[in-house]
Amino acid sequence: MAKKLEEVVTPSTPALRSGSKKGVWGWIYEWLTTVDHKRIGMIYMTIGIVYLAVGGIQALMMRAQLASPDNELFTGNFFNQLMTMHGTNMIFFAAMPLLFGLFNYIVPLQIGARDVAFPFMNALSVWLTFFGALLFNICWFFGDAPAAGWFAYAPLGLKTYSPGPGMDFYVLGLQIAGFGTLMGAINFIVTILNMRAPGMTLMRMPLFTWTAFISSVLVLFAFPPLTIGLFLYMFERIFGGIFFDAALGGNPILWQHLFWIFGHPEVYIVIVPAFGMVSEIVATFSNKRVFGYPTMVVAIVLIGFIGMGVWIHHLFTVGLGGMINAIFAVATMLVGIPTGIKVFNWLFTMWGGKIKFTTPMLFAIGFIPTFVIAGVTGVMLAAAPADYQFQDSYFVIAHFHYTLYGGVVFAVVGALYYWFPKFFGRMMHEGLGKWNFWTMFIGFHLTFFPMHFSGIFGMPRRVYTYNPGVGLELYNVLSTIGAYLMGVSVVLLVINILYGLTKGPKAANDPWGTGRTLEWAIPSPVPEYNFAQTPYVRGLDAWFIEKTEGKGKLQAAEPLGPIHMPSPSILPFIMAFGMFIAGLSIIYHQFFFTIIGLGIWAICMVVRSMNDDEGYHIPVEKIRSIEGEGA
Amino acid sequence: MASEHQLTTGLNAGDRLRLGLASRTLEGRNKILAFWFFLGGESVLFASLFATFLVLRHQTANGPTPHELFGLGLVFILTFLLITSSLTSIFAVNAMERTDRKKTAAWLGVTILLGLGFLLLQIYEFAHYAHEGLGFKTSAFASSFYTLVGFHGFHVAFGLCWLTAVTVQVVRNGVTTVNAPKVFIATLYWHFVDVVWMFIFTVVYLMSLL
Repeated sequence: MAKKLEEVVTPSTPALRSGSKKGVWGWIYEWLTTVDHKRIGMIYMTIGIVYLAVGGIQALMMRAQLASPDNELFTGNFFNQLMTMHGTNMIFFAAMPLLFGLFNYIVPLQIGARDVAFPFMNALSVWLTFFGALLFNICWFFGDAPAAGWFAYAPLGLKTYSPGPGMDFYVLGLQIAGFGTLMGAINFIVTILNMRAPGMTLMRMPLFTWTAFISSVLVLFAFPPLTIGLFLYMFERIFGGIFFDAALGGNPILWQHLFWIFGHPEVYIVIVPAFGMVSEIVATFSNKRVFGYPTMVVAIVLIGFIGMGVWIHHLFTVGLGGMINAIFAVATMLVGIPTGIKVFNWLFTMWGGKIKFTTPMLFAIGFIPTFVIAGVTGVMLAAAPADYQFQDSYFVIAHFHYTLYGGVVFAVVGALYYWFPKFFGRMMHEGLGKWNFWTMFIGFHLTFFPMHFSGIFGMPRRVYTYNPGVGLELYNVLSTIGAYLMGVSVVLLVINILYGLTKGPKAANDPWGTGRTLEWAIPSPVPEYNFAQTPYVRGLDAWFIEKTEGKGKLQAAEPLGPIHMPSPSILPFIMAFGMFIAGLSIIYHQFFFTIIGLGIWAICMVVRSMNDDEGYHIPVEKIRSIEGEGA
Repeated sequence: MASEHQLTTGLNAGDRLRLGLASRTLEGRNKILAFWFFLGGESVLFASLFATFLVLRHQTANGPTPHELFGLGLVFILTFLLITSSLTSIFAVNAMERTDRKKTAAWLGVTILLGLGFLLLQIYEFAHYAHEGLGFKTSAFASSFYTLVGFHGFHVAFGLCWLTAVTVQVVRNGVTTVNAPKVFIATLYWHFVDVVWMFIFTVVYLMSLL
């Protein structure tokens, strides 16, 4: 699918067009060697959309199986594999790349920077994500897929109960992608702290950048426990170590802790940027500054902070004791307070604003009540005694799909519509966008709202069938119909993207007319150097200030001069490929190739370290020719 | 790389004098800040391994127990070597601030030698334990011990390669604004490895022998 997309978009979309025309191979090579944060962002987003489709198809297969009781379409272990692949793909290879893609593209623009702090490492991150996702998903072709859930509880995921190589693909695939994610997080943190344009103080940063920052900090502190957990898993499964197998003296609860110390912050990692996107979209289309900006910032920080200390609510029924459960129950409920602040701030932003119901705004407005429902069921689940009843039922499925789909996917799709003109210099189709929204919104609620009831009525999650005559048929049929309606909406989204790339009307610098942040001040699509002159930022919503008070043009903080750019490099791709070889060979115990794979990595590191990248300069004449007479 | 623009961005004359050689360029400052955050992540990495060890350390099955294995003599030498190498790496950074190529390279060399001594002794230590009957698969204690201490040993080995690469660059190019941040963060990493060893010394060896 990705291949086709490339073919379609090459000729007409300036952002995707090759700078030096050397045919298809030159074009591919240019993308493999790119260190431009905007192109890397697009690669991330393409990965995200591809795996959104893969995970979506897996979800539709599960819903087909569950459409009627005692169905025998996809049963037993295959259903478990679908469930595991769906969950893991959606979290790690759909949500994360989409978010990191948006961070990559938008954050440097919003803070007035020319690139991220470490362009080379940025390329390395994206290719590690690419190869991690690939390694995880090629397991089907090797005859086995992981079937122990995305949380891979021990001992279910250990050799005794998962003898095939499927779980090893899970362990190595996630490990490789995780390295990339960690590097990406450090990159964004440093970019945001060190690369801001003059005048862009922390409290003048757009909220999306703030959320990218907090999300990256969470990645930095939440991913290492997963890294260690996966290492231990690998040592146990492949090298015969003893960590999680209780029969041999290991401790299965240890894995649950390591996994959920990562796993719970992970859901904040993906939802916090969604808050940022909604804040941007709501402010732009209400033509008002965000209500209570400082409280929004404090709320994000608090959500991130509290979010690091609530993981035990995934272990309520393990039996850690009443006191521990009580503490973590209260901590979990506390998250509702800053989240509530944000919800009210969005409503107050809209209050009295000149609201324009564009497609991105519809997604943002759809997000708010949906996420409130998710929050309410979240507090219900946080009540530890009640959780004994809810746990392992479809109620939990309903809850977290309201946060992850109703929250993250709505916001990300809204953000794609919102920033699409900035990415490609063309608009997507508004009418089709509205169809996309309504099919997605109705399909979503039709799928997941009935799950609250089927869950309360006792339908267990992760089980491939249910009995007839116990009152679950109607809810499951509704869920399946809704799921296929969502499938239609995703097809509409892809059609709209293709339309936007090829036929969409040309977009101006500030195509919505009410853009507030720096990215709307520069050409669409963005030239490779972003800002011809580093802007001087005079306040929150820097571009809005210049539009209302100034000449409709950013104030420059430096004279026009040659712009220094980092050189493209193929090394990140080769390094990530080396990791891929190493990962695959570990799964099949071919340790000779592991050494080769890691050796490729090591040699590239030495080559990179020993040769200083001088970069190159874009001359002033070229900048003038791109920027027009204004520069 | 160290263009005039990068040298001066966001800095006034006073800042330029105050800042160390490693922080002169934006790229250098980026690297140092990134590295502190990386060390934050690394701390969580090791914290997870310590937690694993603490959970599993009494599960010795039929294998040797820490009491039978550990001797403080060897651990004392290991600790002494690593702490001293941390000190010599500080001397290297001091020499680097004075753009003294020879002394920077020399002290980095001493650091590498001490680190190498540590690594070889640790390999000997592991071989000794293996000889005593503590294989990786012997017990949960063995697995978690080898993973934690081995992970640290891997960090030492990686640090040695890194310090070597940096030393080569100092010898080849002299101390410049390009390789000064590299020297600085390599030694930062080295200190971190040293600090982790302090915790291993306490949690793994002392607590097991008490």
